[in-house]
Amino acid sequence: MDYATLLQILDSTIRLATPLLLACLAGLYSERSGIFDIGLEGKMLMAAMSTGAVAALTGSVWIGLLAGISGAVLFALVHGVASITFRGNQLISGVALNFVASGITVLIAQSLFRQGGRTPPLSGEARFNPITLPFAEALSGVPILGPLYSEVLSGHGALVYIALLAVPVTWWVLFRTRFGLRLRAVGENPASVDTAGISVIRLRYGAVVITGILCGLAGAYMAAGLQAGFGKEMTAGRGYIALAALIFAKWRPWYALMATLLFGFFQALALRPDVIKNTVGFDVPVPALDALPYILTVIVLAGFVGRAIPPRAGGEPYVKER
Amino acid sequence: MKGGIAAGRQETAAPLAIELRGISKAFGTVQANKDISIQVAKGTIHGIIGENGAGKSTLMSILYGFYKADSGDILINGTPTTIPDSQAAIRAGIGMVFQHFKLVQNFSVLENVILGAEDGALLRPSLAKARKVLADLAREYELEVHPDAVIEELSVGHQQRVEILKALYRHADILILDEPTGVLTPAEADHLFRILRNLKEQGKTVVLITHKLREIMEITDTVSVMRRGEMTATVRTAETSPEQLAELMVGRKVLLHVPKGTAKPGRRVLEIKDLRVRDVDGVERLKGIDLSIRAGEILGIAGVAGNGQTELLQVLGGITQGTGTVILNDKSLDLTGKSSDGQSRRRDGISHVPEDRQHLGMIMDFTAWENVAFGYHNDPAYQKNRWLMDNGAILEDTKGKMERFDVRPPIPTLQAKSFSGGNQQKIILAREIERNPDLLLVGQPTRGVDIGAIEFIHKRIVALRDSGKAVLLVSVELDEIMSLSDRIAVMFDGHLMGIGPAESATQVGLGCLMAGLGGADTRAMSGWDISAAADEQRLSTGTRG
Repeated sequence: MDYATLLQILDSTIRLATPLLLACLAGLYSERSGIFDIGLEGKMLMAAMSTGAVAALTGSVWIGLLAGISGAVLFALVHGVASITFRGNQLISGVALNFVASGITVLIAQSLFRQGGRTPPLSGEARFNPITLPFAEALSGVPILGPLYSEVLSGHGALVYIALLAVPVTWWVLFRTRFGLRLRAVGENPASVDTAGISVIRLRYGAVVITGILCGLAGAYMAAGLQAGFGKEMTAGRGYIALAALIFAKWRPWYALMATLLFGFFQALALRPDVIKNTVGFDVPVPALDALPYILTVIVLAGFVGRAIPPRAGGEPYVKER
Repeated sequence: MKGGIAAGRQETAAPLAIELRGISKAFGTVQANKDISIQVAKGTIHGIIGENGAGKSTLMSILYGFYKADSGDILINGTPTTIPDSQAAIRAGIGMVFQHFKLVQNFSVLENVILGAEDGALLRPSLAKARKVLADLAREYELEVHPDAVIEELSVGHQQRVEILKALYRHADILILDEPTGVLTPAEADHLFRILRNLKEQGKTVVLITHKLREIMEITDTVSVMRRGEMTATVRTAETSPEQLAELMVGRKVLLHVPKGTAKPGRRVLEIKDLRVRDVDGVERLKGIDLSIRAGEILGIAGVAGNGQTELLQVLGGITQGTGTVILNDKSLDLTGKSSDGQSRRRDGISHVPEDRQHLGMIMDFTAWENVAFGYHNDPAYQKNRWLMDNGAILEDTKGKMERFDVRPPIPTLQAKSFSGGNQQKIILAREIERNPDLLLVGQPTRGVDIGAIEFIHKRIVALRDSGKAVLLVSVELDEIMSLSDRIAVMFDGHLMGIGPAESATQVGLGCLMAGLGGADTRAMSGWDISAAADEQRLSTGTRG
């Protein structure tokens, strides 16, 4: 594998890791507050459809993005009402929302556009267009590092940079702010927060809404960045991979970045059977390559990667004790 | 004494920190608090004592804003105050130390202290301030805790200090502690009492909720007694006695110490040699126990919870596996193989009243008679024929057991969970004792049990001993161990620290052994066999301190 090929693979790694990273951080907020969210997938799908449809109708990706966020936040709130207010089972609520999203997105897209459940192809201002980072041109001549900057880092849509920026921001919020302290506390021991006179319910709703917003970004990027328009089940299990990455990352933002980059790298590899063949010396069947990220997910979830301790109050509705 | 009861503190002119007037609270049809009035003078330690379910905790929860009273007034420092939530209670200067700590286990002490009392949106200034304040509080009240220690690595005593620090950091003038000593060693409890006295000297008001009469007598200035949701009396501690308080709590005379004759130990029933148990993580929990119990004696195992007592009961009861030798009536018990289960143990003559009554002792959703059959469901008396059980027979048997063990209400078809803790325990005791075992294993027999039922349970255990049976008693209540046992063994970290006759045991000596230490106090107990490990520990901690 030559350097140019590696750069190409790394470039697509970043593109493919972005929705995973956004969804992973989304899950991080929710789960850190003690609300398990298996419905990342559904929220992404909802956001992808909303973005695809509204961007196609208005021609503006930004209005589309707003619509995507709204769609995901709406689903997040339904999950919140079910699991926070009514203390329902969080897994069941999440799974149910995934099913609803899987059906309703196609239904809406079909009734709006009559194109077999897809939204019309997006182009121009209706997509996230590449941003060239400053000095990309000038630095491209620098050996090794130059191309890494100008070809791998530069030239992505805005959401890629927002996702990368969300990592340090999340770390800072979680570990340096009052909100973060309370968020972590409510996921570990809600009674400690309650007796301190802070509303457990309000904190958890706050976390769930943030989850919605980040899923909205992830879905919008799927429909208007990675691809040009919404298609049925286009998230293809990325919500679940993001969950696996979250466990892999032990609910920490920087680890989340690394975990999702790893998953993104595998997805990027799966797109390049030629490179694999040159490297390992024989033909690896494409379906096997496609399965690679999912196999890694299973391995991660099976607990081969050390012990990951989830937030202790995760999954349990908070009931004030007498 | 006369005029002390019910006269309250009206005659004193000291300013009041807390005054409750006519507080009532009902949950559905249950009247948890009935027209309760109480006055707590500033700068005093006030005890509230009562049986489980007497309404102590409800009353304090009202004061801390967890519940809203149906009627009545709250006055804090003479000002009428409404306390709709915990935030309001904190603002009014009330701090609460719950029985089950409300700490975030993987947070540092500092983080726990500032949680909910941060000064701004960013943490750094709050943390710096808390570090300073904590240092001051530590000096002032003997409340030393390392500010950067993570809670889960702290001992229970230290965790409790963090709870007190949390309250003081929020400028609490009134500190309410709910059953604070239940989880502490005697030494830790003494330290806690020193802290409480320091707080009192600094003008703070302390309210201590407990069911332990000894603590009330030791530390409080005044004490209020609650019974069935009502305040039955408020008396000056100096003018009362434990017997009088117990009578006020229960509504009748109670024997605090079970009268028991001297033991007549007979043949050796149980002999244990080098018994070892590992837990699921492979950690050794019992590290070579040697002891024996004779017929007609009660051997009490003292120790802070979690030092191997549970494992000892469970391996003897056939619930977990272990290595070593256990000989019951000259027969060696199988500790690992096919016949190391509860059924085989029962056949061999061991009955087991487990520590965790609600998980191991009963199925809470099942009826009393079903629970009575558990473990003995193969008893021929319970079978109609080869295929069917004779539920009628079990029902009859249960009825008899409930009468003989004074279970209230004596209704066999009631679900286990609808009985009080004491009555649940009586059902289990009836089931196990009436099998006439050679050895009774009994863990925490009176945990969460009312004082009236405690008396009954203790009498039954002594009666079993007097009928020539061996009893192995595990309890974290030192009073219970000391008053019931004929011999006492102390466990620490999976080892026996010492074993000896109960009559020469002292509270201080046992306390040292429970902390894994030897020393003069333990050697002063005549007839005691003190482990060498205990004295070594003493030396090593001595050089550190």
